Amino acid sequence: MATTPFDAVVAEHGGRILRVCRAVLGPTADADDAWSETFLAALRAWPDFPDEDRARPGRVEAWLVTIAHRKAIDVTRARARRAVPVAEITEPAPVPEPPGDRADQAWAALRRLPDKQRRAVAYHHLGGLKYAEIAELLGGSVEAARKAASDGVKALRTALAGPDEGARS
Amino acid sequence: MTEIVPEPSGPELAALRDRLAAAAETEHLLDVGYAIVDSPVGRLLLAATDRGLVRVAYQIEDHDRVLEQLAARLGPRILRAPRRLDRAARQLEEYFTGRRTAFDLELDRTLSRGFRGVVHQYLPRIGYGRTATYREVAEQVGRPRAFRAVGTACATNPLPIVVPCHRVVRSDGGPGQYAGGPAAKTALLALEAA
Repeated sequence: MATTPFDAVVAEHGGRILRVCRAVLGPTADADDAWSETFLAALRAWPDFPDEDRARPGRVEAWLVTIAHRKAIDVTRARARRAVPVAEITEPAPVPEPPGDRADQAWAALRRLPDKQRRAVAYHHLGGLKYAEIAELLGGSVEAARKAASDGVKALRTALAGPDEGARS
Repeated sequence: MTEIVPEPSGPELAALRDRLAAAAETEHLLDVGYAIVDSPVGRLLLAATDRGLVRVAYQIEDHDRVLEQLAARLGPRILRAPRRLDRAARQLEEYFTGRRTAFDLELDRTLSRGFRGVVHQYLPRIGYGRTATYREVAEQVGRPRAFRAVGTACATNPLPIVVPCHRVVRSDGGPGQYAGGPAAKTALLALEAA
């Protein structure tokens, strides 16, 4: 049984999990909700988390990312249920998005990635999951998980390679 | 990739942690909620279970270590939950500003077992501004020869300040050992003598 105060888990991994939630759901209230639900579920289960796993590097992170994966799906579904269907005719014409700054463009590029690529990138590069763990979460082979992450990163690089490429580095 | 999703700011995470603590309170998920408050004798850790205040710890006791001990003794579902400690924090502030001479708080005595518990129960009967020797307390609890055990009980009081072990001193007038260090004990006695 875990004897580490859960507060220490939040302090150590709170930032990482928030980044994972935001990568998957965007920098939104949904991401905050997914973060809260993740840590509430983890708090509930924490006494049963084996101490020997706690000592192994990466085990707590992987456990939290796995919970965050499920909670992000829950949050998305809950929002879909809440959404009131509106007759198409009343919908205002989409306003073209202003170009925005580089950070906005980056979020937009992330949002445009296919779901599997976005998650693979988030779970591997921000969450620190191994490709085998990602394959378990997303289905498919380990190789497919690796490819999804690398295709995702490639697509992001291409999307962000604009005239101001290099300006920040 | 990692630059697209920036590191969250401290205040952002603090707000989320507060929200988590509030949700955990609502669902009665916490074994222990804690807060850290400033005081004239250094930063104090205040910890409470659903039943009441369970631990007051001085900084020199190492707050991280104290939280680990609480996790082992009372359960690891521990979060910073300052609202749970509001009342205790307010009464301590009143005490340190000389406006309070006795505490009116629900206490969880789980950490005071056996003879130590007997001593801890007795301590509040030594009134504000007064002192008693280890020997006198031993006599009062009906174990006149157990004054050394009284010393140990005072040194291991889980609720210092609130349960006034600082009022127990050596027969030679020296302050005697104290979990918060001798300077803290002297400061509390001076505060109460003022």
